[in-house]
Amino acid sequence: MIGGLFIYNHKGEVLISRVYRDDIGRNAVDAFRVNVIHARQQVRSPVTNIARTSFFHVKRSNIWLAAVTKQNVNAAMVFEFLYKMCDVMTAYFGKISEENIKNNFVLIYELLDEILDFGYPQNSETGALKTFITQTGIKSQSKEEQSQITSQVTGQIGWRREGIKYRRNELFLDVLESVNLLMSPQGQVLSAHVSGRVVMKSYLSGMPECKFGMNDKIVIDKQGKGGGATGQSIAIDDCTFHQCVRLSKFDAERSISFIPPDGECELMRYRTTKDIILPFRVIPLVREVGRTKLEVKVVIKSNFKPSLLAQKIEVRIPTPLNTSGVQVICMKGKAKYKASENAIVWKIKRMAGMKESQISAEIELLPTNDKKKWARPPISMNFEVPFAPSGLKVRYLKVFEPKLNYSDHDVIKWVRYIGRSGIYETRC
Amino acid sequence: MLSVMFRFHVCAGEIFELKAELNSDKKEKKKEAVKKVIASMTVGKDVSALFPDVVNCMQTDNLELKKLVYLYLMNYAKSQPDMAIMAVNTFVKDCEDPNPLIRALAVRTMGCIRVDKITEYLCEPLRKCLKDEDPYVRKTAAVCVAKLHDINAQLVEDQGFLDTLKDLISDSNPMVVANAVAALSEIAESHPNSNLLDLNPQSINKLLTALNECTEWGQIFILDCLANYTPRDDRESQSICERVTPRLSHANSAVVLSAVKVLMKFMEMLPKDLDYYGTLLKKLAPPLVTLLSAEPELQYVALRNINLIVQKRPEILKHEMKVFFVKYNDPIYVKLEKLDIMIRLASQANIAQVLAELKEYATEVDVDFVRKAVRAIGRCAIKVEQSAERCVSTLLDLIQTKVNYVVQEAIVVIKDIFRKYPNKYESVIATLCENLDSLDEPEARAAMIWIVGEYAERIDNADELLESFLEGFHDESTQVQLQLLTAIVKLFLKKPTETQELVQQVLSLATQDSDNPDLRDRGYIYWRLLSTDPVAAKEVVLAEKPLISEETDLIEPTLLEELICHIGTLASVYHKPPSAFVEGSRGVMHKRLPAQGTESPDVGNVAGGSAPEAAPSIIPSQGDLLGDLLNLDLAPPTTTGPPPPTSGMQMGGMDLLGGGLDSLTFLLWYPQVWLPAMKAKGLEISGTFARRAGVIQMELVLTNKAMSVMTDFAIQFNRNSFGLAPAGPLQVLTPLGPNQTIEVSLPLSTVGPVMKMDPLNNLQVAVKNNIDVFYFSCQYPISMLFVEDGKMERQVFLATWKDIPNDNESQFQIQDCHLNSDAASNKLQGSNIFTIAKRTVEGQDMLYMAIKLSNGIWVLAELKMQAGNPNYTVSLGTRRDGEQHY
Repeated sequence: MIGGLFIYNHKGEVLISRVYRDDIGRNAVDAFRVNVIHARQQVRSPVTNIARTSFFHVKRSNIWLAAVTKQNVNAAMVFEFLYKMCDVMTAYFGKISEENIKNNFVLIYELLDEILDFGYPQNSETGALKTFITQTGIKSQSKEEQSQITSQVTGQIGWRREGIKYRRNELFLDVLESVNLLMSPQGQVLSAHVSGRVVMKSYLSGMPECKFGMNDKIVIDKQGKGGGATGQSIAIDDCTFHQCVRLSKFDAERSISFIPPDGECELMRYRTTKDIILPFRVIPLVREVGRTKLEVKVVIKSNFKPSLLAQKIEVRIPTPLNTSGVQVICMKGKAKYKASENAIVWKIKRMAGMKESQISAEIELLPTNDKKKWARPPISMNFEVPFAPSGLKVRYLKVFEPKLNYSDHDVIKWVRYIGRSGIYETRC
Repeated sequence: MLSVMFRFHVCAGEIFELKAELNSDKKEKKKEAVKKVIASMTVGKDVSALFPDVVNCMQTDNLELKKLVYLYLMNYAKSQPDMAIMAVNTFVKDCEDPNPLIRALAVRTMGCIRVDKITEYLCEPLRKCLKDEDPYVRKTAAVCVAKLHDINAQLVEDQGFLDTLKDLISDSNPMVVANAVAALSEIAESHPNSNLLDLNPQSINKLLTALNECTEWGQIFILDCLANYTPRDDRESQSICERVTPRLSHANSAVVLSAVKVLMKFMEMLPKDLDYYGTLLKKLAPPLVTLLSAEPELQYVALRNINLIVQKRPEILKHEMKVFFVKYNDPIYVKLEKLDIMIRLASQANIAQVLAELKEYATEVDVDFVRKAVRAIGRCAIKVEQSAERCVSTLLDLIQTKVNYVVQEAIVVIKDIFRKYPNKYESVIATLCENLDSLDEPEARAAMIWIVGEYAERIDNADELLESFLEGFHDESTQVQLQLLTAIVKLFLKKPTETQELVQQVLSLATQDSDNPDLRDRGYIYWRLLSTDPVAAKEVVLAEKPLISEETDLIEPTLLEELICHIGTLASVYHKPPSAFVEGSRGVMHKRLPAQGTESPDVGNVAGGSAPEAAPSIIPSQGDLLGDLLNLDLAPPTTTGPPPPTSGMQMGGMDLLGGGLDSLTFLLWYPQVWLPAMKAKGLEISGTFARRAGVIQMELVLTNKAMSVMTDFAIQFNRNSFGLAPAGPLQVLTPLGPNQTIEVSLPLSTVGPVMKMDPLNNLQVAVKNNIDVFYFSCQYPISMLFVEDGKMERQVFLATWKDIPNDNESQFQIQDCHLNSDAASNKLQGSNIFTIAKRTVEGQDMLYMAIKLSNGIWVLAELKMQAGNPNYTVSLGTRRDGEQHY
């Protein structure tokens, strides 16, 4: 299991060092600094073996988190734990930065003591942790409170405490999708998929039993004749759920039922590859005029209902390293050549569906004797659209709370769809 | 604590100040002081001098302060064992505290204090806490047993904590169950033979129930533990699989991977025609693909595992090629792994797409990635015949880019394509020759030289080209030197008139001026061959080469099986068994996949061995050395292998032919490189087998190509067909320095454990040194197993010959042997094949011969020779009683 956990700043100074196992000595702290943080080359693997000791690391801004072990640990678990550790720290004190870590080092040690015992991850749900690891000092708890804490931390529903009360029972559902595309210069889709998340923010009293339904093809087909024409259904390739969802029930009946944690949680993640609505098409045209000039023309077409508006559109057209000057003309929005990023960045604030816009640029090049050709990185795009490119629709979210006297109708529910660009690239 | 000298010394003044603050009456000041102490400790300053003052702060009702003091204690108790005793009282008291959080904190911290005297005091509180009414305390106590076991295993056993821990598996609280499972698994690992975890259908059922209820981490502990269980039959296996599959939709990738491990393992036991088997296969693909949308570090872990899964069960992901396409912004480690999997999944159906992608990658920035992409194009050509032409033209396009490393890589792979499809693409040689000057890497130079030598007759200025390489002969690497030697000999045999001088020159360079025994020996062999019998030389050097295999870099099947049992863990990331990187006894236990049906686990190894490809006998397409040596080796039957035999007997017969023919024509088994330095951290092992004075010898040449000295050599064999085992330790007495070579002779006995191998004469060897353990497999000539007392009485021979059932007999022809019967008989006797009788019937010489194998099996042979006809007919037979050994 995990033998120790270290946090370093970008210079390689140790900010936190917690050793769980006897086989990890202080020298491990230095080994990682010398071999990874101060290494000359780029990091070639997130797992490094130095003198029979394995180091797993992740980086958040310029902070390094490293887990160390000498055993054959579950590698996936270690990384999942490191991510979780980051989540917990963010939930407690915001951004993970050197300053925040230094200011909260006592808290971090306390957390590390609680969520990792002898290198075995323990309950790491922030909801539960916040009930007894507080920075305001320990208030004297009554005996009941204490046993409530312990039963929550170890219990079946470790993510929610009992006795939550709200005057207004309210819940928000966000369907957040990122659509990924790789297109050939000829406009052929090389790969496209949507990875989506359903994020739920709930302010519900008691222990509400929830049931979530969407236009999943398998469910709709099963109901078949009964359901009637409720619009299109979508084929979900795969989905994963927050630990509150009863997986065996999903496996057997494909129904999604759960008791949600209080506040925000990521209920579900999913992936689809069929019948994706690609909100934009990028048509690139690059022409080399002699050895010192490039002509680039890029057309973008929006492909959704004209009544909807896409926002925050940004097209990034890479330029060669030896660019000396760029002239751009665009019909809409603003375009700028950013020498430091080796790209022309074209920004459009808003664009309605079924529209088209164009940019053309002349790129002057410095003559070089570099034999190697320019690699022509793909043109990438960013945007935000108010619909789900996968076609996913929330059909219902029912809430039952048998003990308290509010019914499904009393709950105020909000649903919102946001489609964003993931890696949306067109080769040129 | 090695780095004491790096520690910053805290100046005395600072210590004094802290001391004063720690002893202050004000609580706040005290707390601030302890915080400062911890901060100093974190950066590595030595604050152990404050031990008594800090421990004094322990008696407090402020939980936060208490936790800080405990943190300090865990760090320094070991260096101040006597003073640590002072803390015991507080611990014992805290274990009785009404607040469960404090009870748990005390027991958790106490386990981390590794001082013998303290552990004695720990036992009583721990016993209480294991039975505490509060689950939070129990789950902490469960882990504490593992901690205590790590300090003093005997104590834990004596105190009976293991039984209490076992009871906790039936606890009502899922988290207690999970932690108890984790603790027991860890303890069991250091006692491989104890029946600690005692998994049976009842306890498995309990675990599966807890699986549905515990935290994500607990689910991982339980799944990892389940993976160690071997179900009794396929029905049990299926029912466990059914209850594990829901975990595939968990948000935590580690839960998913551990579930995949359980399923991959238990699937082995399901009959393939079962409907459920197909359903399960289908269910595995989507979660694996989903792992690729995780964070990059997890993607890397997932990809390393998918690489194993694809080798074991290619059908799972065969339609998912597209998800492995490389994204521009992927970190380099993800890119390289994706590329590897793309090649494994390449097939006729998707080759066009794959090639288009690879071509795109070959223009990227990262040098390693580009090289790998180019190499991948070559591998596609070899794997999918229909694509070869397009691959070659793509490679030519890439050569035109003149980017140095792209050109070199392309030439290396084109050489392999030539070998796979002879006489098809030679038209491109001219283009290759244009780039001769830009090649500066040994592998590319060697490849180019091989091409020139192989196609010398089509390249007009082949002699000039090779001569130009010869100028700097001594500066070349061994690989290039060997290749150059062979290429020039080839050239000489093809164009003898113009190149006499050249061949003289290279032979003298190789034999007289070189220190490298490999090179020298090869030079001498060529020299002798050329001077004694140029015709034979031609046959040897220009012999037809066996085809190279399609798949390269496959993991050896037994290792693959072991790694499948370790999915999700570090072993699966490194692609090495845990024993290769874990110290001590932990993880040395080799895990195996269960066998289908009700066979005992021992047979599992054999059944599992039916994995699609038999990797050991594959000729690596990149190993030019080996490929080249095969020019010398006139024993194609042993390497290409006969068609799969139908009965055990026939197989023996066929393989014996390999041995027989070998000794008949070419008594020399040239040392082969068994373990290339690249695969073994710089240790190169080549070797051969011989029989001297009735003792089988394995002659090994160990070369250290690493930077550091190697010591502590040892050798071991896997069980094999003839029970070969080392008769003594590997005699490497002096440490092997960098670039040193040592020759060792290892006597072998034939009394080791027996297991049938495929091919029969395959031997799997493990060699250990101070750096690591390395595995390789090699093949030995059967002839070395022929014993000296193989003479048989004529009568006995006749009787036995008649006894042999017809279907135990096999017949085949040996071609092109220009020996008369007496000479053949003499020669054969040299390798312990004894002629019992000789008859001449109608101008045909019939030789009757007997061979006795080291395991006591008799093989009888009849050799028919016709004067003037170089082809012999051999009939082989053995009595049925030998068959049971096969």
